[in-house]
Amino acid sequence: MVESAIGLVLAPLASFILISFVTRRAAILSAVISIAAAGISFALSLSLLVGVLSAPAGAGLAAGAHASIQWLSIPSIGRFRGLEIAMGVLVDPLSATMSVIVSLVAFLVTIYSLGYMKGDPGFSRYFSYLSLFAFSMLGLVIADNYFQTFVFWELVGLCSYLLIGFWYAKPSASDAARKAFVTNRWADFAFMVGVILLFIFFGTFDFGQLSSAIAGARGSAMLALVAALVFVGPLGKSAQFPFHVWLPDAMEGPTPVSALIHAATMVAAGVYLIARGFALFQSVPGVMETMAYLGGFTALFAASIALVQKDIKRILAYSTLSQLGYMFMALGVGSMSAGMFHLTTHAFFKALLFLGAGSVIHATEEQDIFKMGGLGKKMKITAWTFVIGALALSGIFPLAGFWSKDEILFASLSSGHIGLYVLGIAVAFMTAFYMFRLIFTAFGGTAFGGTASGGEPTEHAHVHESGPAMTIPLIVLAVLSVFAGLIGSPWFQSAFGFSFGSFIFFGRPEASHLDMTTASISTVVALSGIFLAWLVYGKKLLKAERIAAALGPLYRLLDHKFYIDEIYAWVFAKIMLGLGIVFDWIDHYIVDGLFDGLGGATRALGRKLRLTQSGRLQGYALVIFAAVAIAVVFISTDLLGGFLK
Amino acid sequence: MDFSAIRLELVAALIALGLLVFGLLTPRGKREVIGYIAAAAFLGLLALSFLAPGGGGSFQGGLYLDDPLSLFFKRLFITAAFLVSLMSLRFAKSLEESRSEFFSLLGFSLVGMMMLASANDFVSLYIGLELMSLPLVILTAYDRTSGKSTEAGTKYILLSAISSAVLLFGLSLLFGATGSFSYSDTLKALGSVADDPLVVIGSIMVVAGFAFKISAVPFHMWSPDIYEGAPAPVAAFLAVGSKAAGFAALIRLLLFALPASSGDFPLLILSLSVLSMVVGNLIALPQTNMKRLLAYSSIAHAGYILLGLVAASTAGVAAMLYYLVLYLFANVGIFAALSAFGEAGGSSEISSLKGMWKRSPFMAASLLVCLLSLAGIPPAAGFIGKFYLLAEVARQGKLWLAALALVMSVVSISYYISVIRVIVMEKAEDESRIRVSLANKAILAVSVLVTLGMGVFPAPITEWTRAIAGSIVR
Repeated sequence: MVESAIGLVLAPLASFILISFVTRRAAILSAVISIAAAGISFALSLSLLVGVLSAPAGAGLAAGAHASIQWLSIPSIGRFRGLEIAMGVLVDPLSATMSVIVSLVAFLVTIYSLGYMKGDPGFSRYFSYLSLFAFSMLGLVIADNYFQTFVFWELVGLCSYLLIGFWYAKPSASDAARKAFVTNRWADFAFMVGVILLFIFFGTFDFGQLSSAIAGARGSAMLALVAALVFVGPLGKSAQFPFHVWLPDAMEGPTPVSALIHAATMVAAGVYLIARGFALFQSVPGVMETMAYLGGFTALFAASIALVQKDIKRILAYSTLSQLGYMFMALGVGSMSAGMFHLTTHAFFKALLFLGAGSVIHATEEQDIFKMGGLGKKMKITAWTFVIGALALSGIFPLAGFWSKDEILFASLSSGHIGLYVLGIAVAFMTAFYMFRLIFTAFGGTAFGGTASGGEPTEHAHVHESGPAMTIPLIVLAVLSVFAGLIGSPWFQSAFGFSFGSFIFFGRPEASHLDMTTASISTVVALSGIFLAWLVYGKKLLKAERIAAALGPLYRLLDHKFYIDEIYAWVFAKIMLGLGIVFDWIDHYIVDGLFDGLGGATRALGRKLRLTQSGRLQGYALVIFAAVAIAVVFISTDLLGGFLK
Repeated sequence: MDFSAIRLELVAALIALGLLVFGLLTPRGKREVIGYIAAAAFLGLLALSFLAPGGGGSFQGGLYLDDPLSLFFKRLFITAAFLVSLMSLRFAKSLEESRSEFFSLLGFSLVGMMMLASANDFVSLYIGLELMSLPLVILTAYDRTSGKSTEAGTKYILLSAISSAVLLFGLSLLFGATGSFSYSDTLKALGSVADDPLVVIGSIMVVAGFAFKISAVPFHMWSPDIYEGAPAPVAAFLAVGSKAAGFAALIRLLLFALPASSGDFPLLILSLSVLSMVVGNLIALPQTNMKRLLAYSSIAHAGYILLGLVAASTAGVAAMLYYLVLYLFANVGIFAALSAFGEAGGSSEISSLKGMWKRSPFMAASLLVCLLSLAGIPPAAGFIGKFYLLAEVARQGKLWLAALALVMSVVSISYYISVIRVIVMEKAEDESRIRVSLANKAILAVSVLVTLGMGVFPAPITEWTRAIAGSIVR
């Protein structure tokens, strides 16, 4: 099992190396290597999952496998404690499930990219980055300690940066890449400090050893500090408020990348890390409450912005933020299984929606939904799979999103967070509305661009369905979006004796719920959201412009994304830049002066010493004898009666 | 008599003799093959040292030890000989008359190094030393068309003779004081006569003889001139093989033969180390010739590695061994690049490396990694090696020494980086691509892989060196 786990990480790494150094000029070969590597990873991760599943019921952690090797060992130096860092593999239900999700989506996206990136000058580079990402992400998933997690955490951040800025000649893309990188740096810095403190307090990075060590330190202030700092890492990576600003801009990257990294896997890494280190967070109730409310707030906040966006990818990006908020909310109210369940189903339907959007963009070369329209007739497969994805996201029975969203709503209700429950319902309504606003506008209607801008048709007359490399992943993901939720349903539980919840939660039984009240309320709400979208954008019984005008200030607030970017820009331009100027001055005149002086003096000394090297043999011999003589005299003074001292 | 303790030496000597005979038997036009045969033979010897490591033991009643430490060093030397013979393939092409002798001399020098690593007696020590040095002298002067090479050879043999004289004088004084050539007898006898001036003078002279080999300041002055004059592969062999052999002998001498921990004696090693670090790094700063720069860098590195003997503990010796491995690969990588560059018509002036990044990205990248390793910048291995050495010195309370080494290491970054700057950032006048031979490519690839491997995943070699050090240090 350990071998498969290592293999599934190394296959994409091998592909990355091979593409970067060997097949860079052979574009198609690069793609084939990358797809093969992702396929190997997927097969191996399936074997892991089967291995974990076939373990006896209730085996808990013993169902998996854990192996590690000493990576770096620094002995203690006096008062300074040494450092023991291991690199290991932890296979358990959680990591097995996550690696299946990651490698499956990566596999499908890599295939899809074959069609999407066709003819791009950076074709090989693109696939090498995809493989590097798969390697980093899978390494993160199977890591058995915080240190290794941090290393791969940074690596996925790097891949995200490289891929957002893939078309680096475009200023908006390179700006977005930098924005993502810098925003994540802030969060990662806190995360890093947290991880270091973890080691200082507990003497280990290992997840298993930490969970027992933490149990003994419950209630202490330092535990709260560590948990809070570590928690900031996931906030950045999963783009939760106030770190959310980078994700919408990250849509500058190629669309398959948005599907893989910025919807299904990397942004879910934050959720995964919280699940992985659940023992740490659970022991600090304050952090859990913050997590729940921050998640709930982000869900509502992002969903409200999504209501007014016009760019198809940005709508989906805000939707991702909102759904990640749901997951945080679930984790915060204490239900790891609900959070992970939603992560799983969301990975499938959100990847589907992004790939569908990619298919549309590929065909129309347009991202504004109001300049599309009537695409449903031209692109049947894309349209139908997109609708399935949207229904799953809206939580319509019996699609995947229904089960996981209900699980979250039920968890918040049963843990006594009525406010969050109501908020969750509101988000469900908004989600259904903005998704079907998109669908009725882009896929519905008859003419292109007929709705908002008054129609400038025939521009998209050439639009046609994408090729099989793109449609097959869409179909596979659509099937998963329909059925993946069933693993968390009561039917699955009664048929197989276990369900997603009991499986993933370290063997602790947590049965699937189907609370009829919750289920019916959320279904009714979602359906009414769709109905309202149909009224406004399908039938056009209500004029969108008139609603926007009626809600003037609110609309502008949403349209400007609550002015968060502007606030950050102000903070950075005024405060950070001001500080930067001051430091620049200090650096330039004081620090540089000091070190230039030091360096100059050192160099001068070197030039003087160099003169000893005359090239004359006699001189060299003299130095040898003189050195021996001096050493003898110096060391034997004591013996000779100390006449020199 | 049981020859199993010296089987590697016997095979190495057979290889050296065989190459000589083979060279005579091969018709003149076909002698190109000799270099390949030499490389293959050394590779086979390396394999033998792993496949049949032997069970330890000694030869001639303790004259000669076959223990983990000597085995470690022998593997190091054989690796160096293998890589250097690969590196020499192109250089040896120009030697129509004396090609087989070149590789044969390499083999004899290798036997001498192996003897130094195993010697447990002053006589075998001295024979090993001369067997190593004399072939190196010839190799240094091998490029008969170059005045510098001849000059270097002359300087080397004269200075070698002087240092041997110092060493021999010291040995005779020790023999006079103890009446024995064996290490263990000497240490036993010295326990009672450690305060004898004869012993002190003798010990200092013995240490001075080996300080010359490792080019520690103030016994370093030969090395810049000789590195500069010698053909690049020979300079590489001097820098890694001869130096490591000097350390092999010093470790054993200072831990098992001489009263190194009594009186002011530790101060001697300490001053050698400090002087080497300071002087080596400072004089390296204004250098304009790459080979001279490497000579000073190797002097400075002798200082760092001596820190392990200053500590004289298990961890200290382990750190030395670790450092010697990474030092070997970093230097071999740099010299291979220089020698490939020389084959393409380049000189060893630093300014001629301009625009290497464009002319041969692979070579430039390899140089970069190896230079960063010597500078001690992660993820190259040099960082870990320096860390182990400094950590051990600091653990023993000599924080000032660790701080000094750190400062000097910062100074060294300045000259390594300035080479990197020339390679990466400056534009070449001649932008033609450099063809790197397959053999040199292989050497560069191995050096880079080991350098990065030891830097990213240090645990296996660390454990290996700790086990070896643990088996010999009390």
